[in-house]
Amino acid sequence: MIELKHINKTFRVARRNAGLSEAMRSLFHKEYTLVHALNDVSFRIGEGEMVGYIGPNGAGKSSTIKVMSGILTPDSGECIINGRIPWKERKVHVKEIGVVFGQRSQLWWDVPVIDSFELLRDVYAVDDAAYRHNLDEMTELLNLSELLRTPARQLSLGQRMRCELAASLLHDPKILFLDEPTIGLDAVSKVAVRDFIRRINAERKTTVILTTHDMQDIEAIAERILLIGRGRILLDGSLAELQKRHSRMKRIAVDYADGRFLPLPGLTLQSGEAGRAVFTADMDALSVSEAIAHLAKEANITDISVSGATAEELVLSLYEEFQI
Amino acid sequence: MKKYWSFFRMRFLGGLQYRAAAWAGVATQFAWGFLRLLMFRAFYEADAAAFPMELGQIASYIWLQQAFLTAFAVWYFDNDIFESITNGTVAYELARPMSLYSMWFVKNLAIRVSRVSLRCLPVLAVACLLPAPYGLGLPASPKAFICFAVAMLGTLLLVVAFMMLIYIATFYTLSSLGLRIMAAAVCDLLTGALIPLPFLPEELRKIVELTPFAAMENLPLQIYCGSLTGAAMGRAMLLQAFWLIVFIAGGALWMQRSLRRVVVQGG
Repeated sequence: MIELKHINKTFRVARRNAGLSEAMRSLFHKEYTLVHALNDVSFRIGEGEMVGYIGPNGAGKSSTIKVMSGILTPDSGECIINGRIPWKERKVHVKEIGVVFGQRSQLWWDVPVIDSFELLRDVYAVDDAAYRHNLDEMTELLNLSELLRTPARQLSLGQRMRCELAASLLHDPKILFLDEPTIGLDAVSKVAVRDFIRRINAERKTTVILTTHDMQDIEAIAERILLIGRGRILLDGSLAELQKRHSRMKRIAVDYADGRFLPLPGLTLQSGEAGRAVFTADMDALSVSEAIAHLAKEANITDISVSGATAEELVLSLYEEFQI
Repeated sequence: MKKYWSFFRMRFLGGLQYRAAAWAGVATQFAWGFLRLLMFRAFYEADAAAFPMELGQIASYIWLQQAFLTAFAVWYFDNDIFESITNGTVAYELARPMSLYSMWFVKNLAIRVSRVSLRCLPVLAVACLLPAPYGLGLPASPKAFICFAVAMLGTLLLVVAFMMLIYIATFYTLSSLGLRIMAAAVCDLLTGALIPLPFLPEELRKIVELTPFAAMENLPLQIYCGSLTGAAMGRAMLLQAFWLIVFIAGGALWMQRSLRRVVVQGG
């Protein structure tokens, strides 16, 4: 159980204008601006939930993860995770959580992956039977058998990320924090990572909190979305709810052999190339059949598909709505 | 305890990988040792009576110093730690159920022990074979040898405890370069790395001997050479223990305080 109440965190950032004279001036007088990384952040996450934590860069996602994993001490507010305050009882708290920071590595660079795993086993004091069991399971699920004896520095990013995920789960954490776990991965690795996270959540009932910029991650994994912007929680709900809320926008993709499309209020061209055009239709202004009828007027359509807004568009419209 | 031991082992085995670096280090240490020995010989040929130590003692001092350089040198930092602070990988270390202070301490210890175990034997072996007074002499007495071993362990721990302060300071300054250069310059002089402390002017020496720096390599080396004996040796060893406690307690406390306001760098 995770509960955050009115968490605030402010960073002091030194700022100066460009130029030599400004640089000299800042030697004597440094100007600081306060950045509210987290502003009255409150939410609850129950056991076994899978939560997607989204927001633009600098919104406060990583800061929240760091507060929840005991690394960062907030200025004010309460945070109770499994009955403990993370930054006050860091050492006990972190035994029950697993973390993956997609942009950093927890594997030792110049030794085989298995050595890093064994070190983690000792660090978390995992008993041998449990370690064996977990290692076998991870090896099978993530297809690691080839990788375990390779030094971490010789792994590709996708291979490394699979190892990172395994490393974060060797001690059976109750909560798994994933900070951009799919960053920089190719499509195949992304799918593998997503499938794995879903399975772990289903089989072990691990609570998963995931930050990402990849909306497919959210579609594939998150049952619940928390949107943060400028340090505030703006939205908390399921993807389906969000989609319903924004369902007045439909996406119409058209393949056509020849012809042209006339403008119509409520119908906006998103992208167009030879033979294919994508429109968004505003359901407040026109119906789907009106839109199709209009598009078919002067073009020879070979294929057409209508869909609700994708998660990506949804998030963009959310960002717009909240002006972040 | 097992987790710290595992850390030690990991780092120790990692350090043993760099064999070419070790050989290069051994060669450098021979070159340095001989150069310094020649310099002192020139001084002694001018007037042997003007100096507080005998040439044989100086030779032992120099060879031990070269053999255990990687254990004693205060400028021998673990760059991984500086990097982890500046680029934020320290986040992972904080996400482990371990004390960060102990973890870093053990890491540093392990690197030093692994490097020294690769380098000390060739230097010691050759130094033993050199003719007197240019080679490594026997310790002043069996008791001196035991005290030397104890003081050497104390020095190793004290040097690491001192370096810990510089690592922690990096949480505040982000760049460690200035501090490192300053520490290296001050320590070279005050620990006896440049010239043995008995060579300092009387008044200065009395002050320096009270500082934690004199409790570093100066102490075991002087005990071995027999230029520090009896009650003075006992006092110096107690002082070393005192500084060790102060540095470790102060460092651990400071670490705790700075972690409360630590800003993990990067997104």
